[in-house]
Amino acid sequence: MCLALPARVAELVGTDEGIVDLGGVRKRISMALVPEARVGDYVIVHVGYAIGMLDAEEAEATLRLFAEMSA
Amino acid sequence: MKYVDEFRDGELARRIGANIAREADPSRDYRFMEFCGGHTHAIARYGVVDLLPDNLRMIHGPGCPVCVLPIGRVDMAIRLAFERGVMLCTYGDVMRVPASDGLSLMRAKARGADIRMVYSPLDALQLARAHPGREVVFFAIGFETTTPPTALAIRQAQSEGLRNFSVLCSHVLTPPAITHILRSPEVHDHRTVPIDGFVGPAHVSIVIGSRPYEGFATTYRKPVVIAGFEPLDVMQAILMLVRQVNEGRAEVENEFTRAVTREGNACAQAAMADVFDVRNSFEWRGLGQVPASALKIRGDYAAFDAETHFDLDYRQVADHKQCECGAILRGVKKPTECKLFGNVCTPETPMGSCMVSSEGACAAHYSYGRFRDIPVVSS
Repeated sequence: MCLALPARVAELVGTDEGIVDLGGVRKRISMALVPEARVGDYVIVHVGYAIGMLDAEEAEATLRLFAEMSA
Repeated sequence: MKYVDEFRDGELARRIGANIAREADPSRDYRFMEFCGGHTHAIARYGVVDLLPDNLRMIHGPGCPVCVLPIGRVDMAIRLAFERGVMLCTYGDVMRVPASDGLSLMRAKARGADIRMVYSPLDALQLARAHPGREVVFFAIGFETTTPPTALAIRQAQSEGLRNFSVLCSHVLTPPAITHILRSPEVHDHRTVPIDGFVGPAHVSIVIGSRPYEGFATTYRKPVVIAGFEPLDVMQAILMLVRQVNEGRAEVENEFTRAVTREGNACAQAAMADVFDVRNSFEWRGLGQVPASALKIRGDYAAFDAETHFDLDYRQVADHKQCECGAILRGVKKPTECKLFGNVCTPETPMGSCMVSSEGACAAHYSYGRFRDIPVVSS
């Protein structure tokens, strides 16, 4: 039910909508909950709304942590 | 998909599993509750349990909104569709939840009720615009992840003057449910369900932040590690919990830093606070009445509140006598300890709500884990 996926903002449309690219699938969603999002950012999409931002640097840091620990 | 596939790497998962096994103290047991159905699903789907040591057990929590939705709420939606002739819209997960009289929304639809499955509250708004002569009701369920979109849909309806749109609000709150579990007799008094820590919600925490869990660490001395819904996230969170337990720490840690901050999404919180108030009490399937655990629509938006608009009353309905969903949602029983599991109750014909959503403990175990219970015999 809380299913949400990270998607890249491909376009901003009007005041609070955008088109996201989800692994090649483009979808128009509401950006009203993430006014700070810009084209190229990754947002977390849930039931037609971006509910939060995805921090690319933090994602890389977490992946590095997995790899370091296993060394 | 970027930011998904990297977090499903099987080789890395095995290595994290080896680290958990190395750091877990063999002289004690570890019991962690994953609150969210999203974690329950990931643990079952990716076989995470197989990568954990025998003295570490995951207990499924009640964080599956479909599973905790009481029969009486679904009955309200069905009554609206049959008796008031509304066009009732809801998420796909809700369609098969068993209701009274052998009905579900799906079966009510088959009997002629106008029930529509939607992906988003925006779709329900669009139906209301397209059918100005009909009453369109959005049956809204879900935790804090799903609540801000409902809030924005209600505000949108108000700004458009969309008078034929209303919401049957069944949104519930995560922190009061965790408090309820920690205070339950099984956990707090009898200690029949010992919990050493929590894997904290992923997407709920994007909205509310990590701060609301800090009380569980300080007051109840339970470690909480917020984790993403991918298998590597869950494994890493389990390792972080093992370390906290080993070091005698009880803190809120955040594994899901790529999406969760301490403060959460202020914009989403403001929308929720504008549209909703906290109910004094709300019935949860399995947990019973939980104080201050759900939301209702504020007076300013009363015109969009289906409960007010249609003067609805809630009638409590008991679960099927042999259904163990209640005990399973509290972590007291495992799905296989229910007599109905896998025979009369399957994902195709669910008797209890835990078998409905793929995030439910019973459906997750049935779909991905039931053959683990059968010993492998070679001839």
